[in-house]
Amino acid sequence: MLVFFLFCFLYKSRLSLQYDHEKISERHTGQYYTLPAAHIQKLFPHGLPPRFQLQIKTFNEGCVMVRPPALELISYLKKADYSKPPLRYILYGDVGTGKTMCLSHALHYCYTQGWLIVHISDAHLWVKNCKELLPSSSRPSRFDQPIQASQWLKNFKITNERFLSKVQLGYVWTKRERTEKGQPLGELVDQGVNRMKSSSDVVGAVLRELRLQAGGATEGEGAFKLAVAVDGLNALWGKTSLKKEDRTMCEPEELTLIHNVRKMMKNNWSGGAILTALSQTGSLFKPQSAYLPSELLGEEGFDNMEPFVPVSVSNYNEKEFESCYLYYLDRNWLQHSHSRSEEGKKELIFLSNKNPSILERLCAFL
Amino acid sequence: QSDKFVSAGPQKFTQEFIDKQVEEFEVGKRHLANMMGEDPETFTQEDIDRSIAYLFPSGLFEKRARPVMKHPDEIFPKQTAIQWDAEGRPFHFLFYTGRQSYYSLLHDVYEKILAIERHQDKMRNKGLFTLLTGSRWLLKEEIEEYLVENISDHDYVRLIQLMEKLLSMPYCSLEEEFILKFRKQLEAQSSKHEIPALQYDPQGVAFSVADGRRKTAKASITLRDSGSGNITINGRNYLHCFPLLQDREQLMFPLHFVGMLGRFDIEGSVEGSGHSAQAGALRLAISRALLSFVSEGEVERIRQAGLLTADPRIRERKKPGQEGARKKFTWKKR
Repeated sequence: MLVFFLFCFLYKSRLSLQYDHEKISERHTGQYYTLPAAHIQKLFPHGLPPRFQLQIKTFNEGCVMVRPPALELISYLKKADYSKPPLRYILYGDVGTGKTMCLSHALHYCYTQGWLIVHISDAHLWVKNCKELLPSSSRPSRFDQPIQASQWLKNFKITNERFLSKVQLGYVWTKRERTEKGQPLGELVDQGVNRMKSSSDVVGAVLRELRLQAGGATEGEGAFKLAVAVDGLNALWGKTSLKKEDRTMCEPEELTLIHNVRKMMKNNWSGGAILTALSQTGSLFKPQSAYLPSELLGEEGFDNMEPFVPVSVSNYNEKEFESCYLYYLDRNWLQHSHSRSEEGKKELIFLSNKNPSILERLCAFL
Repeated sequence: QSDKFVSAGPQKFTQEFIDKQVEEFEVGKRHLANMMGEDPETFTQEDIDRSIAYLFPSGLFEKRARPVMKHPDEIFPKQTAIQWDAEGRPFHFLFYTGRQSYYSLLHDVYEKILAIERHQDKMRNKGLFTLLTGSRWLLKEEIEEYLVENISDHDYVRLIQLMEKLLSMPYCSLEEEFILKFRKQLEAQSSKHEIPALQYDPQGVAFSVADGRRKTAKASITLRDSGSGNITINGRNYLHCFPLLQDREQLMFPLHFVGMLGRFDIEGSVEGSGHSAQAGALRLAISRALLSFVSEGEVERIRQAGLLTADPRIRERKKPGQEGARKKFTWKKR
């Protein structure tokens, strides 16, 4: 009976809880709220985990569960002082516990508050499987990745359209190309997208400009807060699987993109927040049992990121599991008649150990 | 359309037609009785024949050609009704044998034979039934002991056959005692398993320890009755140890079978072999540990489910002259 009651409550609140972040508090833990479709398209062109994207397509809506780590993050964001250097938050936890989803939730909050979002969906993608590695045009010892950089710039453009006309700057690219001072950011991004060769440098320039301008104008039109979100943070300080032309291994330092992102991670600017999540699944040369920041980031990374605010993400607790199970029932995802019974639920708990991703994969074929 | 191709055969009369004829015969019989001035109720067939012979004298020599008034059942030949339906499918399952009534009669007789045999079995086994299950004939050595004589295998087989013939008689329960002398009881198998002792923690939590082995993998387990469903193996969560669903299902099987999924806390250590063998070893260990938490009848059920049998399969030895245990080298004809 309690289950039925919870289900009614859950169902009602699932419809009503739109994206009003002001109202979401601790008592809403375990409930699902819907991400509006327009927001999903704009904010997460590349950000969500692929399985979740499939789920959105199947269920025709994107529902995210409200969980304590995400709420904690959002509360910190609300209380932080933005005239000081940005706080660094690291989401860490076991494989499949929901770090990327919590990060997306917090990012959605930032988006609705009107922040400018710099979102690197998976830093591991920049550190392996790169087809083209060009020596950098501006600095001799570095390597560019034009495809990844231009892809990222495209996504950045989609996410932050309204800011592109506001910010202004000036740079020199090659002997023939230069951007004058006073040009809007949008032009710069367009140039990066069109001219693949210099796209990595464009990325660096964009990031630097945003850093300089984030805390600059406190009021007026130019004011904005900057949210830097990196998923797979451990890729920045780990090893790469890319090789240089003389067949020696590449260091992450030598990649322009990684170098620029590392500079963003330092807290020598103000007016924003740095949200990151570790990820073992895409990481190179790390054992599967490693999930703590010290293990995954390595010494160098840990020193660089210190001090940070760690936020741990764990498996579902009883209430959250209940809510997830009811959600799947509600969407008719659990077709097998045995899974609707009490015993079936106990079996699901046992087999998945209340791990979100394993539960999702399990329910997929039921 | 198939109606066109059906041969008419001898003329078929419908049942209604025959009924109508019967009615007319009865009415005609009464009329005839009235005509002859006799009582319609007691007018027999002989009276009818006499009356017709009187009313319609005939000079024909052939008796069968003379006018006749008989009951329609005697006049119209006894025919089989139409044996197939509108689509041409026959009603009786033996239609295509050609002689469906004959064969169906044979079938009925055989069914009755079988029923009687079953009845005989029931009667026969009434007395000895309970004692014959769970016992076996004495072995050759035991018979030799009894007779204090040597017998050959052939003799032993003959003796057992004769005993079986005795048992097959309906009234063999008369010789119960004699037969039982030569049968030996089998022990119930479930009592052979030793149940690990139920120990108690300082906090009062019941726990039991058990081992299990499968194919070089050794597992040892502590099953605690604490009320949560945590499983820790070699210090790590079982989700990390067994990322494969199949292995976790193996772990789940004993608990699910008994119905105590969320009740126990399992702490275990495994070593050796691969992930599948380790899962099998753990499963055996869990089932053995569960025996102490479960009633007698459940123990028998668990044994019959096969949870307590140690899997004897081991890697087969590679033989010389072959690639592997079974695979041979390529066979060349010349």
